[in-house]
Amino acid sequence: MALALQTFATVKAANAALKAAGTRYLGGGTLVVRAANEGDVSVSGLIRSTEPSLSTIAVAGDKVCIGASVTMAAIAGHPELGTLAKAARAVGGPAIRNMATVGGNLFAPAPYGDFAVALLALDATVSTDGGETPIETFLANRDGSRAVVTSVSFTLPKADSFRFLKVSRVKPKGVSVLSIAGALELSSDGTVTSARIALGCMADRPMRARAAEKALIGRTLTADGIAPALAAAGDGTSPITDPIASAWYRAEVLPVHLGRLLLA
Amino acid sequence: MAKIPVQFTLNGSEKAEFIDSGTTLLQALRDKIGDTSPKGGCHQGTCGACSVIIDGELRLSCLTLAETCNGATITTTSGLAEGGVLHPLQRAFLDTFATQCGFCTPGMIMAAKALLDHTPNPSRDEVVEALSGNICRCTGYEPIIQAVLTAARANSQNAA
Ligand SMILES: Cc1cc2nc3c(=O)[nH]c(=O)nc-3n(C[C@H](O)[C@H](O)[C@H](O)COP(=O)(O)OP(=O)(O)OC[C@H]3O[C@@H](n4cnc5c(N)ncnc54)[C@H](O)[C@@H]3O)c2cc1C
Ligand code: FES
Ligand code: FES
Repeated sequence: MALALQTFATVKAANAALKAAGTRYLGGGTLVVRAANEGDVSVSGLIRSTEPSLSTIAVAGDKVCIGASVTMAAIAGHPELGTLAKAARAVGGPAIRNMATVGGNLFAPAPYGDFAVALLALDATVSTDGGETPIETFLANRDGSRAVVTSVSFTLPKADSFRFLKVSRVKPKGVSVLSIAGALELSSDGTVTSARIALGCMADRPMRARAAEKALIGRTLTADGIAPALAAAGDGTSPITDPIASAWYRAEVLPVHLGRLLLA
Repeated sequence: MAKIPVQFTLNGSEKAEFIDSGTTLLQALRDKIGDTSPKGGCHQGTCGACSVIIDGELRLSCLTLAETCNGATITTTSGLAEGGVLHPLQRAFLDTFATQCGFCTPGMIMAAKALLDHTPNPSRDEVVEALSGNICRCTGYEPIIQAVLTAARANSQNAA
């Protein structure tokens, strides 16, 4: 079935066009064109906008705003976003990274969405023309979301307070067994004062490891200190099963990899 | 449905075609323009056989809609040889037996070219990373990695 593409100069016009049945926004197309190639006929019209702000990365002090059309390659290569380069480079191979956008990653179902896992740990804000939404709320409601995402914004973490890990079987590029991002703040004596931990592949979309976060507060990042957090890592998770790994396997290895991330 | 005009530069020459909206660049190149060097392996973004270079960046033509390439500059493997003389990457692929059935070769060469254009003297790890989106079922990869390193050396000798 033919897939009609409409291109608009403004996000406003694209949002209006997205009201029509059967339409979907086109980011880099790595998921949506792939689905069409695979015979998905639920989408008959693709809509995109070429508004320049969608492709802009703005860094002012520690405040970062990344346009939704910015690619993983652009983030990985940006001189001021070094802390996020690892998470951006975790997405696919070089050609995929030249195409895959931040906006699309927010919608990518597990086992995809590695960059969204990083954004969740950073407590990012997702913007549309309609306003701003905390990423956690956005991810929870994304299935019903029709509006064009325009950007994501967050406070840039200090290099040593942000950690990211993707576990895959095929190196250097492979689909996630799981991914974990952690934003941790430590006091001068090394105890954890705040923790946000996000998990990929442990549900159909990125999720917080709230019990593990709570168990880290007031503890040090030692094997003993993190033991309660590792014991609680799986709380509330319902990992996916796919050709890469079963839900059982993912649940088994999560504490091992969370431990490696925290002790790194 | 009305046909859509697209225009781009392919391997140095201007191309203009009328296509159906939603046509992938891979379909446009192979079925409309007649450049069959990009191969359709999976149409899912996973094999890399359809890799082309668009405005200096490696992309998958199977996941790119042709109409998004209006005004772009596209390079495919069929545009690499000059006046019958093979590109150093093509030469190296032949010399190191990096091509067997050949189906992955044009995609591999595009991925390698995109690397060498930005990083003329890559390390082995950089070559492996650059080829990581491309699958080969024949060679076991090692000859391909050697071919890219050989072409890089040939380039740097020519530049010296
Ligand atoms: C071979 C291969 C390997 C991959 N590997 C990984 C991987 O390792 N890690 C990973 O995280 N992902 C991976 N992916 C999935 C995908 O490439 C990424 O998740 C990518 O970021 C999706 O972005 P896109 O711009 O290509 O999305 P698209 O395909 O353009 O869109 C995906 C969905 O998001 C919606 N959308 C996109 N942008 C917006 C917007 N601005 N506003 C509203 N809706 C929007 C679209 O309507 C669509 O429903 C892989 C894909 C392939 C084909
Ligand atoms: S045909 Fe495009 S990646 Fe396989
Ligand atoms: S040479 Fe046959 S797939 Fe690579």
